[in-house]
Amino acid sequence: MIEARHLTKTFKDKKRGVVKAVDNVSLTCQPGQIYGLLGANGAGKTTALRLLATLLQPTSGSATVAGCDISSEAQKVRANVGFLAASTALYGRLTAREMIRYFGELNGLTTAVIRERTQRLADQLDMHEFLDRRCDKFSTGMKQKTSIARTLIHDPAVMIFDEPTLGLDVMAARAIVRFVRECRDRGKTVIYSTHVMSEVVKLCDYIGIIHCGRLVAEGTLVELQARFAEQDLEEIFVKAVGGEAALTAALKT
Amino acid sequence: MNWKHIVTVYLKELKDSLRDRRTLLSTIIIPTFLMPVIIFGTGSVMSKVMKKAREEPTTMVVLGGSDSPGIMAALKAEKKFKIVEPTMDYKKMVSEKQVRLAVEIPEGFEASLKAGEARTIMLYHYEGEMKSGLGAGEVEGFFRSLRDKTVESRLSERGLSVGLIKPFEIKRQNVAPPEKVGGNMLGGFVPYLIIALCFSGAMYPAMDLTAGEKERGTMETLLCSPVARLDLVLGKFFMVLTGSLSAMLLSLISMGLSAAAAGMMFVGSGARLAAAANQTKGMTAVMPTIDLVGLLGVIAMVLPVAVLFSAVLFTVSLFAKSYKEAQSYVTPMIFVVILPAMIGMLPGIDLNARLALMPILNLSLVCKEMLSGVWHWNYIGLIFASSWLYAAIALGFAVKMFNREDVIFRA
Repeated sequence: MIEARHLTKTFKDKKRGVVKAVDNVSLTCQPGQIYGLLGANGAGKTTALRLLATLLQPTSGSATVAGCDISSEAQKVRANVGFLAASTALYGRLTAREMIRYFGELNGLTTAVIRERTQRLADQLDMHEFLDRRCDKFSTGMKQKTSIARTLIHDPAVMIFDEPTLGLDVMAARAIVRFVRECRDRGKTVIYSTHVMSEVVKLCDYIGIIHCGRLVAEGTLVELQARFAEQDLEEIFVKAVGGEAALTAALKT
Repeated sequence: MNWKHIVTVYLKELKDSLRDRRTLLSTIIIPTFLMPVIIFGTGSVMSKVMKKAREEPTTMVVLGGSDSPGIMAALKAEKKFKIVEPTMDYKKMVSEKQVRLAVEIPEGFEASLKAGEARTIMLYHYEGEMKSGLGAGEVEGFFRSLRDKTVESRLSERGLSVGLIKPFEIKRQNVAPPEKVGGNMLGGFVPYLIIALCFSGAMYPAMDLTAGEKERGTMETLLCSPVARLDLVLGKFFMVLTGSLSAMLLSLISMGLSAAAAGMMFVGSGARLAAAANQTKGMTAVMPTIDLVGLLGVIAMVLPVAVLFSAVLFTVSLFAKSYKEAQSYVTPMIFVVILPAMIGMLPGIDLNARLALMPILNLSLVCKEMLSGVWHWNYIGLIFASSWLYAAIALGFAVKMFNREDVIFRA
């Protein structure tokens, strides 16, 4: 489970001064559910998820992930989180097997457990053919599979996905979507950020719309449709952020 | 601090680096092959060039001398000299290396000689040009011996002994043992080389493990793991240090082996020869040996400096967003490192308490002393302690930078 309370993160920017990348965000993600964080570019999705994954420290507010506090128990949080983002790459000079083993070792797993889980993940993700090849020679799909295996090697209770389909071709993106669903079906807590409306409709049980660092609307798709009197998520999104003008202004900064 | 994590990170970085061509080149290949190339390559090329220059006759233009047939004949009779007819201005001929030098014999030189008048022979040479210098030396030698003969004949004409103008002889005798001679000759160069290699060995791993990781997007992946940042820094830092030390040790080993091989090659199995002892003695002056204890002392002194280099390079590269940016920060640092190392190479600069606190320069100076068998323990202690202090500060700073979000996520 993920529980964020008044999470705030500010940055100092040379041009813009103090920027509130995440502004007083409170949200709850339940196990067995996919929480979709929907926002335009620069809305604060990545920062919010990096805070939950303890890659960044909050300026104020707090959050617990899998029962651990992100500030005082950061290492425990990371031991329970699988973080997959478009920006989390693979070590090109390692093979897929070495990559998975390395993260298994960093997670404190024994060699026997790593071997057994690597075998199982390779079966599930159909990775045997390229398991002992170097990652820098991989196709996008192979890279995605290896990254997924990397996030799953320690069998985390919470999965955090930050725009995982960014820049992927249709097949690779579909594989990711399928994998995210499987995570939910296995009872994991899943938070998924994207700016692609169709992915949210397809995947997410609960939707949070983030704009200028603030969570401006939250609910199931049905609840949001009722609240904004719109059927289409894109229309709901534009209304939630205060209209097209507000969105354009935000995108400019 | 979790040593298991540190070792895991270190071993992964080691494996990764051994698969990186740039790191391999700077930490293993260059240090291993640089010394043999310098010792054999440069040495043999130099000696070949010198030998050739000595064997070739000295070409020269003689200006005047038509009324001094005796001297002209003596010059022509000398096998080492080849007199060329002037085709243009003699200065131009010397400048354009058509001849090594021009000799000007004043008018009526032989007549003046007989009359006991002092005249001047002018040698026009090209300063700094090796062949011209050699030629001028030989011609000067020729005229010196002519002068000596003239003096001797004048003395004997007056019934005086040669000893009159040479009341005593002056001779030099070396008392320094061969390894100390080696220390003095190599003492400046070896520390310089070690400092340069220590730095260049750490350079590529440092950039690859920080800015390189950021650029390739693996830094964020690594930060997702439940390993404390301190452990990540230390694991990576030890890899950078490994690069630095391996560059230094490999260069020392290959230097030792090359020097030994070169010594064997030049001396041969000298023992067989009757003049073996003399020959060997002669050769040790050319191929200086190095005091082993001094060398071990140098390695001990270099260790904290390698830590300092590794930590500083790590921190600077960590700040960069990309490998290219890191390179532009690190490259100018080479000069910052090389300069004090070069100053240390200069003769006449000796250690004092203030210089003992100057990083790099202190190492260069103390190594020079240790290799020539001088052990100033108070300075050695001061340098060792101050170097470790600087290294610890630099490493602490590296850890601090790694914990800064604005550095690690700088984009």
